[in-house]
Amino acid sequence: MNLLEIQQRMLEAVMQPLTPGEQMQPRARDGRSMHEVAAEFVKPNDRLSSFERLEIYNRQYWFRVLAALEEDFRGLRATIGPRRFEALSKAYLIDCPSESFTLRNLGSRLEWWLRSHPEHIQPRAALALDMVRLEWAEIEAFDGAAEPVLMPEEMLASEPDPRFRLQPYIQLLSLRYPVDDLLVEIRKDDSDGEMASNAIAERRKQRRVRKVARQKPQAVFLVVHRLDYSVYFKRIEAEAFLFLNAFRQGKTLSEAAVLAFQGRDIPESKLLGIVQSWFANWSSLGWFCRPESPNQEFISSSGRQS
Amino acid sequence: MPANPFNGFTDFGVGIGLRVPHYQHILSEKPVVDWFEIISENYMIDGGRPLHVLDQILERYRVVQHGVSMYFGSHEPPNREHLKRLKTLVKRTKTPWLTDHLCWGSVDGTYSHDLLPMPYTFEAARLTAQKIREVRDFVEIPIAVENVSSYAEFHVSEMTEWEFLTEVVELADCGILLDVNNIYVSSRNHSFNPLDYVNGVPAERVAQIHIAGHSKFEKYILDTHDHPVIDPVWKLYARAIERAGRTATLLEWDDNIPSFEEVHNEALKAKHFVAEMAVAL
Repeated sequence: MNLLEIQQRMLEAVMQPLTPGEQMQPRARDGRSMHEVAAEFVKPNDRLSSFERLEIYNRQYWFRVLAALEEDFRGLRATIGPRRFEALSKAYLIDCPSESFTLRNLGSRLEWWLRSHPEHIQPRAALALDMVRLEWAEIEAFDGAAEPVLMPEEMLASEPDPRFRLQPYIQLLSLRYPVDDLLVEIRKDDSDGEMASNAIAERRKQRRVRKVARQKPQAVFLVVHRLDYSVYFKRIEAEAFLFLNAFRQGKTLSEAAVLAFQGRDIPESKLLGIVQSWFANWSSLGWFCRPESPNQEFISSSGRQS
Repeated sequence: MPANPFNGFTDFGVGIGLRVPHYQHILSEKPVVDWFEIISENYMIDGGRPLHVLDQILERYRVVQHGVSMYFGSHEPPNREHLKRLKTLVKRTKTPWLTDHLCWGSVDGTYSHDLLPMPYTFEAARLTAQKIREVRDFVEIPIAVENVSSYAEFHVSEMTEWEFLTEVVELADCGILLDVNNIYVSSRNHSFNPLDYVNGVPAERVAQIHIAGHSKFEKYILDTHDHPVIDPVWKLYARAIERAGRTATLLEWDDNIPSFEEVHNEALKAKHFVAEMAVAL
């Protein structure tokens, strides 16, 4: 058996799901006895059979990836409950094993996968999907790139109709449920729960179930951003969200304004003040960054570089 | 012998792994530490707090990068994205040498995130050495490979683990990160004399040494990095530095991490062995 064959066989065995009792499956995927499969390439010793030696790696794999996913999606776990979360995690990791050198990316396809496997999050699928999007956005915002901040004077000196660039770490979310508040509450419960007795922990669990059950749809427009290296959630108005989203898509200031305000009943005299106050706030939070390359200043709507 | 081509001709002392629970203490108290080892993958990111903390550490301390997912032994070429991010980090940290494990962990781009054991064959040694050379050519700094703890052996193996390690590092012309705790763990799991291992590796290639604790189970020992170093491992360490000379040494503590002082004091025990060795000479 050459190196590649050993690695293919071993990885297949290591990544095969454990039994409910967290043991290695007695049968391989092709139906063969796992004892036979293991004995073909793993040597037994005086204490452990080939099966048992392979099982150590099988168990380590699943314990590691399940723990990593749970750490990243505590909000989803609280939303659907620990048992369903465990079943969902196992099913997801079978369909979407890691394709990255870092565990940081383990949950990168979870939202996509859940959209085609809604049975894992019914009957609160929309709520659960919002929670997954928020938790993934938080991961992206935590260690996303930050570029040099566009200073207010640079903003003022820009072309009349520039394309502003948002910091790469900024995540824009249009949500159907107020999962930002829910996630904050869940985390507070988790940190309080570390010190609590079993009885108090049980009461907290019941309270959390009620909290999730109480969640009513509410349109939330959220910016997941970073300040002094900590991640924050900031709710914004729908128009502001459309504005920022337009910038992210590379639209100019005037195009963004059209997208944000079309069909809205806001007097033109007030528009300028609204936009100015948004920009003052966003700029103070460092949300805009300087143009991509030193040679490329603001690109005006006509495409001419300034 | 401490400074050699495989650790960039440096003479580092006793360091500890840089871990999140100690960030605050290190940044505020600025303790005297010979050097820190970082897990490369934790900083192969685009921005945010981890890099901000790293930059502050780099202002004051020497840092060496240690990887966990290059998988020199995997039968597939190095991941280009991984290499690019690794090199970017190398430029940031100016690590004098780079370490990762003599193991495999991925097949066709699917990752196990584990340090899986190698079959000790000449074919595996050749492929692994070739990959180490490719990575070294890309990152342009010396590389040392670490022996892993293992729980399984393969029928196809043609040599002992230390013979395999020697074959790989000589073919690749690279260094060794000798983990004496891993030698101890594997010796118990596979019933060999750990001193044979320490005595069997080419001492002139040892760029760095790892020490750590582990957990005992009924039928095997697991490399958990969650306990102090036990005496038999210290004895292996003493023998390793007797052969290799005063070598950059690092204590790994990754789970149930105690206070910074406790971890650092455990690491500093290594200095007693270095002093004893100096007296003996």
